[in-house]
Amino acid sequence: MKPIYPLRRTCKEVTALVIAREDRELPRLERWALRLHMAMCQACPTFERQVLTMRQAMGRWRHYSEEDPGEAS
Amino acid sequence: MSSPTFEQEVAESRAYLMKFARLQLRNESWAEDAVSETVLAAIAKPQAFERRAQLRTWLVGILKHKIVDALRQHGREVTLSQGEDDEADPLDYLPFKADGHFAERPADWGNPEQDLDNRQFMRILEACTEKLPPVQGRLFLMREWLEMGSEEICKELSLTPTNLYVQLHRARLRLRECLELNWFARRDAA
Repeated sequence: MKPIYPLRRTCKEVTALVIAREDRELPRLERWALRLHMAMCQACPTFERQVLTMRQAMGRWRHYSEEDPGEAS
Repeated sequence: MSSPTFEQEVAESRAYLMKFARLQLRNESWAEDAVSETVLAAIAKPQAFERRAQLRTWLVGILKHKIVDALRQHGREVTLSQGEDDEADPLDYLPFKADGHFAERPADWGNPEQDLDNRQFMRILEACTEKLPPVQGRLFLMREWLEMGSEEICKELSLTPTNLYVQLHRARLRLRECLELNWFARRDAA
């Protein structure tokens, strides 16, 4: 089924956008569609927080990869 | 007891460096070469190293350069699937209804500042990264560990953006699932 409204996205589509945003800039229309969906949906913001947590975790791990004092040999 | 020489300290970091080289390259001989080159480069230029307290940081910095060289050198092989890469979209394993909306809310991971500081969490994150299929794992760590831009990765590996994004999409979703199963769900059950 084609979306009637150009900014309407399903949770599945939004989930894919949230993941894609980690690696590429989203087109303008997709950015608006994402924001609109987030404002109306309960589930997707939770998924988005998981992805942000992963982003922070990888940052922490990068830091840890250089400083971990133990575990050498 | 005499303090170890610079060369000894560098040599002792070998196992540590191997862990990251293996994780990123997913190929034992490529990893060994990159680490050996790192150790040699470090020993050849001790004067380039100033602050002894951060020997690891310095070595990891050299290793990253050697690894980028290795990825460039092995070009096509880096993204050549050995048949163990799955073709399924992990998005299909999330609980969506037929109309594409969530059937249930994803788990609330909370505000896991404390989790991120936890060594056990870091080990699980590492194990989950290690479990990614080789091609996905390499590309994911090129983004997240080597901090390369998507365009840069495509250029270095002669990869189309679509191909890269598909692999990264799968990698990120698999990692998410692995963290949820092995950390967040267990943490909440405990």
